[in-house]
Amino acid sequence: MPHDWPGRFRKRAETLSYDRQNPAFYALLVALIFMAVGPIFLMFINSFKLDVDIIGGTTGLLFLPTIQNYETALCDVLWYEPEHLDFCSLKFGGAFINSLIIALISTLLTLVIGCMAAYALVRFRFMGRDTVSLTTLMVRMVPPAVLLVPVFGLWNNEFCLDRDGLIGGAIRDTFGGRGDVCLAGTHSGIILIYVAMNLPFVIWILQSFIVQVPRSLEEAARVDGAGPFQVFFKIVLPLIKPGLAAAAIFTFRIAWNEYLLASALSDRNTKTVPILIVNNMSEFNVEWGVIMATGMLLAIPPIIFTLFASRQIITGMTAGAVKG
Amino acid sequence: MTSQRLNKLTPYMFMAPAAIIMAVALLYPLGYMIYGSFRDWNPSQTIGESEFVGFKNYITLFYDPAFRESLSVTLTFAFAVVTAELVIGVGLALLLDRNIRGMSVLRTLFILPMMIAPVVVGLMWRYMYHPTVGTFNRWLKSWGFEGVDWLGQHALLSVIIADIWQWTPFIFILSLAALQSLPRSALEAARIDGATAWQQIWYIKLPLMMPVLIVTALLRLIDAFKVLEVILVMTEGGPGLSTEIVALRISRTATEFRELGTAAAMSNYLLILLLVLTLAMFAITRLQEARAARLARQIQEEG
Repeated sequence: MPHDWPGRFRKRAETLSYDRQNPAFYALLVALIFMAVGPIFLMFINSFKLDVDIIGGTTGLLFLPTIQNYETALCDVLWYEPEHLDFCSLKFGGAFINSLIIALISTLLTLVIGCMAAYALVRFRFMGRDTVSLTTLMVRMVPPAVLLVPVFGLWNNEFCLDRDGLIGGAIRDTFGGRGDVCLAGTHSGIILIYVAMNLPFVIWILQSFIVQVPRSLEEAARVDGAGPFQVFFKIVLPLIKPGLAAAAIFTFRIAWNEYLLASALSDRNTKTVPILIVNNMSEFNVEWGVIMATGMLLAIPPIIFTLFASRQIITGMTAGAVKG
Repeated sequence: MTSQRLNKLTPYMFMAPAAIIMAVALLYPLGYMIYGSFRDWNPSQTIGESEFVGFKNYITLFYDPAFRESLSVTLTFAFAVVTAELVIGVGLALLLDRNIRGMSVLRTLFILPMMIAPVVVGLMWRYMYHPTVGTFNRWLKSWGFEGVDWLGQHALLSVIIADIWQWTPFIFILSLAALQSLPRSALEAARIDGATAWQQIWYIKLPLMMPVLIVTALLRLIDAFKVLEVILVMTEGGPGLSTEIVALRISRTATEFRELGTAAAMSNYLLILLLVLTLAMFAITRLQEARAARLARQIQEEG
């Protein structure tokens, strides 16, 4: 398991004394940090500038910071009307809420379902186990672009409640519309594809953590009369918390950042933030300040995760790749 | 008796939700795509109404210069970014594998770029590459150089640089982890025998890291074929077809040209390419495992 690699022990043993390094080495470190964080910092700064300042080229930090861009972006959820706006055209608040709903629910579902599947694959020998395990590995490489065409077709035409059926008919009678109710354009439609897309990866990562749980613990619980589900929820789950955290962050990140499939499946009311940003970028006259503000808002959740859980992220990354 | 039957059913109960979701939302769509790729199909029809055309979509694509162009752009992009990221990432890992204060802060800052949405990464770089407003050209001009037309003449290079910025940390972190888990005895022995730093890197560290590096590179290669949003936001595939990777072309064929059948066939070509890469990855890991097992057996026999 990655977190008891020799490296960790070595580090712990030598934490008290750090090696002295050459000054050029520190200069290199500073340059690297500047390169890694610079673009993000630049976006952060620009999101507080007016377009005049961005285009006019007041370089550096000499400008009057303003939250006007954020007001423009969030105008549909603000409790007051910003003075500089006559009309709230950018529905960022609504998109943010959609993104949040979709990312959180799909992460939760993926984790629960993926965890159970990973447990079954590690702990039981059953018919079809090898097939399932191999399929999981293979579908990990499918890019979202490949799913675009079939998902668009299926979610719009096949995964529908029929207009002649009981439920579909009832919905048509109450809400009107074309009669059949399809997955496309709903939150659940997007959530379904995200869960499916993330499952292989989550199963893969969690397997390497579940293998580490000592079998004797589970057997002891079983002797004490616990059923298989009790063993799973009370013994195994608490022990693989670091793995769960890593898997949760990766799943959330993909669901939160994904653009292509969401853009094919969402309608006016279920737009997510990435779609909004891309739509605004393709306009002829880019309003840099507002765009940077929306970008910053989209980037904030992943940045928070990174700052608070970088150890879990690194653990997950190494577990996902090294065991590959 | 009932409890025994329950025990037999347990794995299936644990497996069922995942199996059902993956079958409905991954495998069935993939089958649907393969079926659709043999049809002349546009978005206003259901698939049943479309006409069967055999291998026509595949053959047209095979001779389509635009598709060939985007295939070669994709391959250039993927291999260029993976090579550059490997060299830079491994180099940095070798350089920074020291006992210094604040290493964990450094690692945290390095993973920031890959956690941020590709859409936002594209946005940041599009701003920095902007011909008049952008950071790079401002710097160049203030130093007295001519501005460079980043996203025009050098679009592919610019896109590659942005990807290197975002993903080099991935390789860096994995190779650092690999370096720190190397057997210390080997390194110590080399040091005692008087190996120089370069010799240690070349004859000991790199060969021992190789298994991890190969898997990392292949994972990165597979991911490089998934890149879409960064390029979409930065260049929208242009100018001309110079940055139109296959993923972008699929999405344009489906939404702009409204040819779902052709887009499906294109997806299938991409899938086959990735399948070959994945199989290569399997084969290599298997081979390595076999070699490791053989080595272990040899050592045991000698001991």
